[in-house]
Amino acid sequence: MRWSEPAFIIGVGVIMGSIARLAMLKVDYRQYPSYPQAYTVHLAFGVISAFLGAVAVPAVLARDYTAATFLALAATQFREIRKIERETLQNVEETELVSRGSAYIEGIARSFEARNYLAMVTALLVTLTITVLNTFIPRQKWIIYTSGIAAGILTILLLRKSISHKKLGSMVMIKPAEIHFEGPVLMVGQVSMINVGDPLIQEKYRRYGMAVTIHPQDPNAKATIANLGQRQAIAHNASALLGIRKDVDTPLLTPIVRRNIDIGDLALIIVPAEPDREALLQAVADTPVLEGAVRKPMAAKSARMVD
Amino acid sequence: MSVSLKHQIAAVVTYHKNEVGGGAPVFYVANQEEALKMARTLASILQAGVHELSSGVLILVKH
Repeated sequence: MRWSEPAFIIGVGVIMGSIARLAMLKVDYRQYPSYPQAYTVHLAFGVISAFLGAVAVPAVLARDYTAATFLALAATQFREIRKIERETLQNVEETELVSRGSAYIEGIARSFEARNYLAMVTALLVTLTITVLNTFIPRQKWIIYTSGIAAGILTILLLRKSISHKKLGSMVMIKPAEIHFEGPVLMVGQVSMINVGDPLIQEKYRRYGMAVTIHPQDPNAKATIANLGQRQAIAHNASALLGIRKDVDTPLLTPIVRRNIDIGDLALIIVPAEPDREALLQAVADTPVLEGAVRKPMAAKSARMVD
Repeated sequence: MSVSLKHQIAAVVTYHKNEVGGGAPVFYVANQEEALKMARTLASILQAGVHELSSGVLILVKH
């Protein structure tokens, strides 16, 4: 059996689309996914989405317009991926010492959905490039396929950059702060964080506790970091990266992020396993800005009037 | 999924007999030292946090 040309074009598209998915599959600061099973699931989905994207152009050329509508099917399938991710993370949420929070979970699930669209778009653009060039310079196969692959790589690089999360460090100033107790109340500056009744726990805070204050640079940032989900994400990220001195029977050692209600600054306290100031500042700065938390009041006239 | 009461006073430990009473279980002890010991034991059993309301009145709350 000889390979027909459309099948070959689709094959190149699928491979490039799958590479796009693979390029976005990594164990990063989110600490997820981290097991081969999860890799397998996402790679399999990635190959399927790449295939859906790759067949679109050849299908239209073959006047098979019904086949092109299969792209609509992809949207349903990707929504399913988001649902799976969300459910998985929600199910393991109870087993986390410091929970991710629903806003963070939603953000992760959404980016998994988006990555499949990117695999699809990459495959689509690769097959489109090859098909178009094929009509103009049908004899120079070598150039055609090289430009197809180049278009794929370019798409991957551009899309990867454009969907990458904004980090908290880009919109706030983060400063180290000191912890002190007023009676049983743990304070960071003027912000009261938590009432600790047990001197043993107080001692843990005095010896290993660390604090940072987070100062928004503009009203948009102030509204964004006020979001409870965003604050939980900061606490989760800091404890995931620095480790934490806490077990289920010491709930008062859970990291806490509280807001200075007068000026909108945040204060974070944590009892990390590794009390390293620089690492903590870096961990907080690297926390992704959650899509569901982003507020832009300054886009409205009334908000600009009060600033 | 386990169900438990959160953000409620799970227990009170005190050596001031006149200052507390009512709905939550109250544990009376002799002095501050015993209050802390009792509160710690309860905290690890209930997986709750110990908070100090006033000197000698400790409450346990699940978070």
